[in-house]
Amino acid sequence: MTNTSTIARGGGNPSAPGRRRHSQQRPAKASGLPPKAIPYVLLVPGLLVIAGLLLYPLFQMIVISFQKVGIPQINGKKPATWVGWDNYTKILDNEVFWSSLRNTVVFAVITVTLTLVLGTAVGTLLNKLGKKMSTFVVIGIMSAWAVPPVAQGVIWRWLFDADAGMINWVLNLLPDWLSNLLFGRADWTGEPWLNDAITIYLVLIICVVWASFPFIAVSVLAGLKGIPTELYEAARVDGATPWRIFRKITFPLLKPVFSVLTILSIIWNFKVFSQLYVLMNGPTNREAFNLSMFSFAEAFRSPPKMGTGAAIAVILTLLLLVVTAFYVRQIVKTEEIR
Amino acid sequence: MTPIARKRLRKAALNTAGVLVFVFAVFPVYWMVSTAFKSNDQIFTTDFIPFPTHFTFEHLDRVLSEGVAGNSIWLYMRNSAIVALGTVLIGAVFALLAATAIARFTFKGRNSFLVLLLIVQMIPSEALLIPLFLNVKRLGLYDQLLGLIVINVGLTLPFGIWMLRTFVAAVPKSLEEAAWIDGASRFVTFWKVLFPLVAPGLVATSIFSFITAWNELIFALILMSDSSGYTMPVAMQFFFGQRGTDWGAIMACSTMMTIPVVIFFLLVQRRMVTGLVAGAVKG
Repeated sequence: MTNTSTIARGGGNPSAPGRRRHSQQRPAKASGLPPKAIPYVLLVPGLLVIAGLLLYPLFQMIVISFQKVGIPQINGKKPATWVGWDNYTKILDNEVFWSSLRNTVVFAVITVTLTLVLGTAVGTLLNKLGKKMSTFVVIGIMSAWAVPPVAQGVIWRWLFDADAGMINWVLNLLPDWLSNLLFGRADWTGEPWLNDAITIYLVLIICVVWASFPFIAVSVLAGLKGIPTELYEAARVDGATPWRIFRKITFPLLKPVFSVLTILSIIWNFKVFSQLYVLMNGPTNREAFNLSMFSFAEAFRSPPKMGTGAAIAVILTLLLLVVTAFYVRQIVKTEEIR
Repeated sequence: MTPIARKRLRKAALNTAGVLVFVFAVFPVYWMVSTAFKSNDQIFTTDFIPFPTHFTFEHLDRVLSEGVAGNSIWLYMRNSAIVALGTVLIGAVFALLAATAIARFTFKGRNSFLVLLLIVQMIPSEALLIPLFLNVKRLGLYDQLLGLIVINVGLTLPFGIWMLRTFVAAVPKSLEEAAWIDGASRFVTFWKVLFPLVAPGLVATSIFSFITAWNELIFALILMSDSSGYTMPVAMQFFFGQRGTDWGAIMACSTMMTIPVVIFFLLVQRRMVTGLVAGAVKG
């Protein structure tokens, strides 16, 4: 799937043969390099970084997942011992793994969906607003997007604070009959949202959707601006409903944008860490772990169990690769990367 | 209803929706900033106080004079700035070289490299935590900002290259060819022709890396054991004490940490979206 269309005009040898400086195309004087070698030289630093900081550690992570790595091994006092599939069987037997997996997947599915739907809706809205109003809203949503993840966690932890949080105050404002009807209770004073796994995730979902829909909205807006208005006029003349216009014109034309946004959202939401870390105050509540938090807790809480931590990380990576591979294939296929 | 009235109503409905979206996005940010300037009486109350009627700098003062975890808050800001700027400087050079190679040359392995870029972006950085921690320790970079810089370069580079290549590709090749024909060397052409035209894209990409490094929590958490090396995201954790949380102080601190990012975002907002989306789509 890789070596397709746009490969070297001159074709042939990757190791940049000979010194054919006088090819008519590129009078490369002072560089002293054969022109064919230039792109490779330019790529070397980047490739070294990617290989040394991403690919090799990825390989190491797989190796470590089959080893026992505790304090003596970390300090280099003892070599790591090979334990085969032990780390994996240990994890699969651990109920925390299964609840983490469930938390990870359910959270990602809900959050990705909500972010995309809300982001698309807001992007479409922005496209319909007047210029001033649209700029005003864009600046507003941009400020939410810009807040650092740790600060996002802090803000929402405060809003959902049991005693002085705004959310409990708002819920208390609801007329008692409505609150009873919706939630089966009227009094929200002191409601501790961040004690329980389910409500922690409720807060986390709101927090992450709030912080990430702006990017989707602005991207969709950028995409919409590129669609010729004649298409919409023609559709309206033909009497198409807004929903039909979206399905038949907007969506197909923005499909590439949507696929990229979906991949990015999946990648970002599968491994959310900072916000969860702040909301539950470190790896404290095992029931509320997701896979990244579980891996982190195994590896870095004493006693450190790097082997099982790595095994969890391997599973998380595989999961992410499987989910996104489909989309990546589509990008490679349909967009024909240049 | 007359068509004009219907049009007005439609406009009013759209604007109302716009205002609601604005409020939803901005309110939490406003709540952070306003809490930072409220007196403790107004913070720890079950009443709703929409804005600080007793506007106070006491929390900011306390954060600035007492600091957190035994150090001045400026030390943490400085550490964060060093890590973020170091990441940007190294990353920008590498990204520009690689992006130029991709956007300006056709060579064997080019498509493979692009696919590689896509794939490495899918590796969750959390998954590299353990090996990178061990490597940093072995290399003696533990507790050093340089270790964090190196790791952040690794985390941000693939996306940086991916984003920057669109900007390079957008510069008309004919400009460079004209310079070559005039006898300029490849390097001079790059420096005098391509570089100035790509500079805005480079700024956008750099800001993206800056923000990523500035916000990074998990690596800073495990690679810094000495509090003098903490970055802002790590230092923030110390406000959540055993005896309750100093909300005024933590909001002052969050605000300090957020301001540089907001400024940067507003500066390059449009370019960043172009880079992120168009970069990934149109290639």
